[in-house]
Amino acid sequence: MKIVAICGAGIGSSGILKVNAERVLQRLGLTATVVAADIDSVSRVAADAQVILTSEEFVAAIGATRADVIVVQNYFDTDELAEKLQAALG
Amino acid sequence: MSLPSLADRAIILHAHAADWRAAVRLAGDALVDSGCTTAEYTEAMLRMVETHGPYIVIAPGLALAHARPGPEVRHDGLSVVTLAEPVEFGHAHNDPVSVVIGLAGTAADAHLTAVAELANAFNDSGAIEALARATEREGARAILEGRPVA
Repeated sequence: MKIVAICGAGIGSSGILKVNAERVLQRLGLTATVVAADIDSVSRVAADAQVILTSEEFVAAIGATRADVIVVQNYFDTDELAEKLQAALG
Repeated sequence: MSLPSLADRAIILHAHAADWRAAVRLAGDALVDSGCTTAEYTEAMLRMVETHGPYIVIAPGLALAHARPGPEVRHDGLSVVTLAEPVEFGHAHNDPVSVVIGLAGTAADAHLTAVAELANAFNDSGAIEALARATEREGARAILEGRPVA
C-alpha cells in the first residue's frame, strides 16, 4: 500500500504528514509506504497510491485520481489522522 | 538534520505583525539573522502562500513557513516567532495564528529529520499555546525540544 502526502514544496508540511502518518499506521498495525511530494509531481508520484493526504487548498489541483483524498485539518493531531486513515483503509 | 539548538536570534517572542505577510517576514528575517538563509528565501516562503494559499497553517494557531531547498539556504535551520496579537492567514479552520515556525533545509531528506522532531514537540496538543505564552527564550527552546519547561 502506498500513501502520498502532498504540499506545495514537498518538504515541510508534507513531511509532518508523512512522519505522523507513519506513527499512526504503526499504532493501527498497518503497513504502508508513505511518501512526501509536492503538488507539481502529484500525478506521477500518486499514480499507484491508495491514499493521498493533503490540505483543502490542494484538492482541486490534485484533480481526478483513483486514490482516496484525505483532507487533514490539524497535522499534529494523530487521533484525527488515525480516524481518517482507518475510515479510508478499513 | 536534527533540530539544532535555536540561537537567540532565531527566536522572537511577542512580536508585532500587521498581517500574515509581516508575520512570515519576521520568521524569514530570523532565519537570515541566524545565518541560515538569504533574504531571497523569505520571498520564496511568501510566494508559497501566494501561490498555494494558507495551507502552511497546519494546526490551530501555527504556521509552518518554508520554501524549497535551494541556493537561498546556507544551512539547515529553524526560527520561531510568537505574535503579541495573532494574525489571520485566511485558513478555513486553523486561524488565527500566534506561532510562526520558519523552516529552511539544504536538501529534502534533511528536512524530514527536522520535521520529525517538530512533530515530536507539537503532537503534544498543549505545545502551541504554551509556546505562544512563553516569555523567555529558554522556555521556548524547551517546548521545541520537548523538554519540561523549568
